[in-house]
Amino acid sequence: MIVRIMGEGQVRLDDTHVTELNKLDDELLAEMEHGDEAGFRRTLTALLEEVRRLGAPLPDDSLEPSELILPSPDASLEEVREMLSGDGLIPG
Amino acid sequence: MSGVMKRMGMIFRAKANKALDRAEDPRETLDYSYQKQLELLQKVRRGVADVATSRKRLELQLNQLQQQSSKLEDQGRKALALGREDLAREALSRRAALQQQVTDLESQHQTLQGEEEKLTLAAQRLQAKVDAFRTKKETIKATYTAAQAQTRIGEAFSGISEEMGDVGLAIQRAEDKTAQLQARAGAIDELLASGALDDPSGMAKDDIQAELDRLSGGTDVELELQRMKAELAGGSSDQRQAIEGGTGQGQNQSQPQDTPRFDKQ
Repeated sequence: MIVRIMGEGQVRLDDTHVTELNKLDDELLAEMEHGDEAGFRRTLTALLEEVRRLGAPLPDDSLEPSELILPSPDASLEEVREMLSGDGLIPG
Repeated sequence: MSGVMKRMGMIFRAKANKALDRAEDPRETLDYSYQKQLELLQKVRRGVADVATSRKRLELQLNQLQQQSSKLEDQGRKALALGREDLAREALSRRAALQQQVTDLESQHQTLQGEEEKLTLAAQRLQAKVDAFRTKKETIKATYTAAQAQTRIGEAFSGISEEMGDVGLAIQRAEDKTAQLQARAGAIDELLASGALDDPSGMAKDDIQAELDRLSGGTDVELELQRMKAELAGGSSDQRQAIEGGTGQGQNQSQPQDTPRFDKQ
């Protein structure tokens, strides 16, 4: 599957890695919902590193829809919460 | 999966679909689809024409082969009549080869004819479908236009309901303004009455007039007092006249008693 790291690009991941990434992803969601900024930062960094380690980067000129999207490495908890609520990522 | 990755992906896709929905007018899509169907129909018709042309060509070839076959048969018959059996054998063997070709071509002709019939039928069905689609397309377009109008009406109504809060504010503003104007009018009245402001309408009294009125008002009180006193004393009307005459010199006798000498403006 294709995963996009916002502000960085896309990587192609083997579906078999999804389960282990899912754990980190669920942790990240829980930390975001509980407002645990430090935990959120730690887990996001770990998740992004795992995605980069396990995935193969896609060329910049490739045009493929991403199945999963991850916040950029420097995204704050508040920003991600904002993106996931209300009007979402693109206003309107 | 319900984590951040999935949710962000879903939001992205939903937004992208929404953007596409906005960009795409279904009426244009229907027209485009109809256009494509017409092109397809045209291709099928061209296919039918091509097959028919091939069939015709085969028929011509068959005719030629059959003519040659007949000719070889005649030649074989003539050769036999002339006692040339060898020549007759040659003619007949050539004819046999031709007959084989004729059989092959006939089989091809049959296949082509079948194809042609199928294609003709397909073209007819497609034509019917395209016609049906055209009717449906127009219905859908009309429905869409109506729905769009309906949505606009709905939006207008919901817009109004959303603005109700603003209407409340507008009423409040109007009330405030009215109260402000009333207060201002009251203040102007007071200022006019006190003489601090000139009344351009001439309705207000100037200070001299106000003093005259005050004096005349006072005179009226005095007159009234004297009249009452005279009544109590049981005096005659002549006496009353005398009293009044004494205070109101030059006053017309026929004027009512209580009429002030200065008209109030």
